[in-house]
Amino acid sequence: MYAAKCESLVKDFQSGNGFQRVLFGIDLVIPFGKITLLAGPSGCGKTTILSILAGLLDPTSGNAEVLGKDIGWMRGRQKVAFRGKNIGFVFQQYNLLPALTACENVAVPLVILGQARSKAIELARQTLVKVGLEDKMDSIPKNLSGGQQQRVAIARALVHQPRLLLCDEPTAALDAASGHTVMELLREVALVPERAVVIVTHDNRVYSFGDRMIRIADGRVEQTLEDPSSFTAKVF
Amino acid sequence: MSWIAIRMLFGDPVKFLGILFGITFSTLLMSQQVAIFVGILTRTASQILDVRDADIWVMDRFTRFIDEAPGLPEQDLYRVRSIQGVGSAVKLSYGLVPARLDHGGFRTVLLLGLDDPTLTGAPTRFFMGDVESLRLPDAVVLDKAGYTYLFPNEDFQLWREFEINERRAVLVGIAETSPPFTSLPVAFTRYSLAEKYNPGGRNKMTYILARPAQGVSVVEACKNIEDETSRSTRPLIALARKDFAWKTVQYFLKSTGIPVNFGITIALGFLVGVAIAGQTFYLFTLENIRQFGALKAMGVDNLRLVGMIMLQAFVVGFSGYGIGIGLTALFFESTSGVVALSGLGLFPELLVLVGVAEAVIVTLSSLLSIRKVLILEPAMVFR
Repeated sequence: MYAAKCESLVKDFQSGNGFQRVLFGIDLVIPFGKITLLAGPSGCGKTTILSILAGLLDPTSGNAEVLGKDIGWMRGRQKVAFRGKNIGFVFQQYNLLPALTACENVAVPLVILGQARSKAIELARQTLVKVGLEDKMDSIPKNLSGGQQQRVAIARALVHQPRLLLCDEPTAALDAASGHTVMELLREVALVPERAVVIVTHDNRVYSFGDRMIRIADGRVEQTLEDPSSFTAKVF
Repeated sequence: MSWIAIRMLFGDPVKFLGILFGITFSTLLMSQQVAIFVGILTRTASQILDVRDADIWVMDRFTRFIDEAPGLPEQDLYRVRSIQGVGSAVKLSYGLVPARLDHGGFRTVLLLGLDDPTLTGAPTRFFMGDVESLRLPDAVVLDKAGYTYLFPNEDFQLWREFEINERRAVLVGIAETSPPFTSLPVAFTRYSLAEKYNPGGRNKMTYILARPAQGVSVVEACKNIEDETSRSTRPLIALARKDFAWKTVQYFLKSTGIPVNFGITIALGFLVGVAIAGQTFYLFTLENIRQFGALKAMGVDNLRLVGMIMLQAFVVGFSGYGIGIGLTALFFESTSGVVALSGLGLFPELLVLVGVAEAVIVTLSSLLSIRKVLILEPAMVFR
């Protein structure tokens, strides 16, 4: 059973008077219960794949099926609602709301889904305990370290129990120790059988935390590795 | 999502205060200038509006405003009295006369000569004295502001003597009347005395103050007067109190630079509000653009984002409006003792007018931000 599947996925971006193709017929499968790494050098198209899986970009051609729905051709509010309910995001730059406390930030996805504020805050507190930030509930982002902010972002991505978690370079802005902690946390808290985790990275220190790896190069799938020991990983 | 929008707004105090300042400043400028503008224009007709015991003003057909009316012959009074639908009609003289004071100085005084038996048009509110004292020899009533012009820095005191056109005048009352357009003292006396104080010209009667007969409306009585006199060689016009007041205000609107000058200041207030609030609000949105992008990625649709921005705009707009109006009220309260500004102040229509202007300002200010968020590509959060 897979969480997401891409078939012959093509994406062009307008460039000047013409178009620039960044994805050249991507075929890939994202299974449940595993951490799938999308790896490759900068500019190879891995973030574009993530954006299409998230429904933030539309493919030029091909299919992108997420949780049994063709998200590439979903429209308007239907797509927004689908994303809000089923997908969690962890961003490289955290993107926490600076005016809200850690707890309120974590509650945001629940509020978006229409949960009452008090109930959302209660669930956010429980999720923050899971990521080890019970003593930082009422801190605002600028008073948290980078690692702590990313843990808040992970809690925010998980609080509404999404079935697909999309992480864009989650350790890129962190030092080695914080990055290690964040990856351990993702494995420990995010990985459950009914959820798929996709991590876009070009940081080889992250490789050891993946279950499988799809290597992207120049907009094409170069290699799919199912055996973690085959990843050329350097540990932290 | 409302609380998130509000927290975002207050989370950046510098930007918030910047927008607040813009709105507050424009509210203060617009409300204060409009209040003074309307107050000054109302003053041009204050002597008309103060007359509560006669509804109809009859005058020469070429009269353009209250201060510019030629004298009417006495027989016009009898003509008006004889017209069907007119209940009563009395004479009123209105003109400028020089007043000389103890110390030798003089001021020009606006003198109203009231019908001797009825004293129609006399002030109704007295600070000192009473209306019946006008029946005493050489009796004159001054308005309160006028007293301070004639006797600056002196205590209010009745029975003071001064001269009007070299004739004795005795101050028998100080009335609380609406201030006139010019900073001239307003004096009230009996018509017979006013003829002596202002001897020039054959026709001393400037206006006829009339009331409709029982069961006749003011409009009907005015029409009758105009119809009846139109057949004569000297047609008269008859206007209801408010119509004559409006005719006078219109004269000043059309024939002076007052509306243009005030209009420019009010427009500047509006533009400053749009510029400061718009620019700061746009910068605030730009600085939060990644957060808006993240919200969009997490499932907030455009409608809710527009709602958040509009809420932010209207919270800051309403706060700025409230503070601006408060400061304007404070200004008028603190200057209420200044004679030149007395009677000027806020009024309900002004609050609505400035409120609408501020609503337009915050809407315009938020349009750029709304556009920015609407075209925002949520995939930018991955860049």
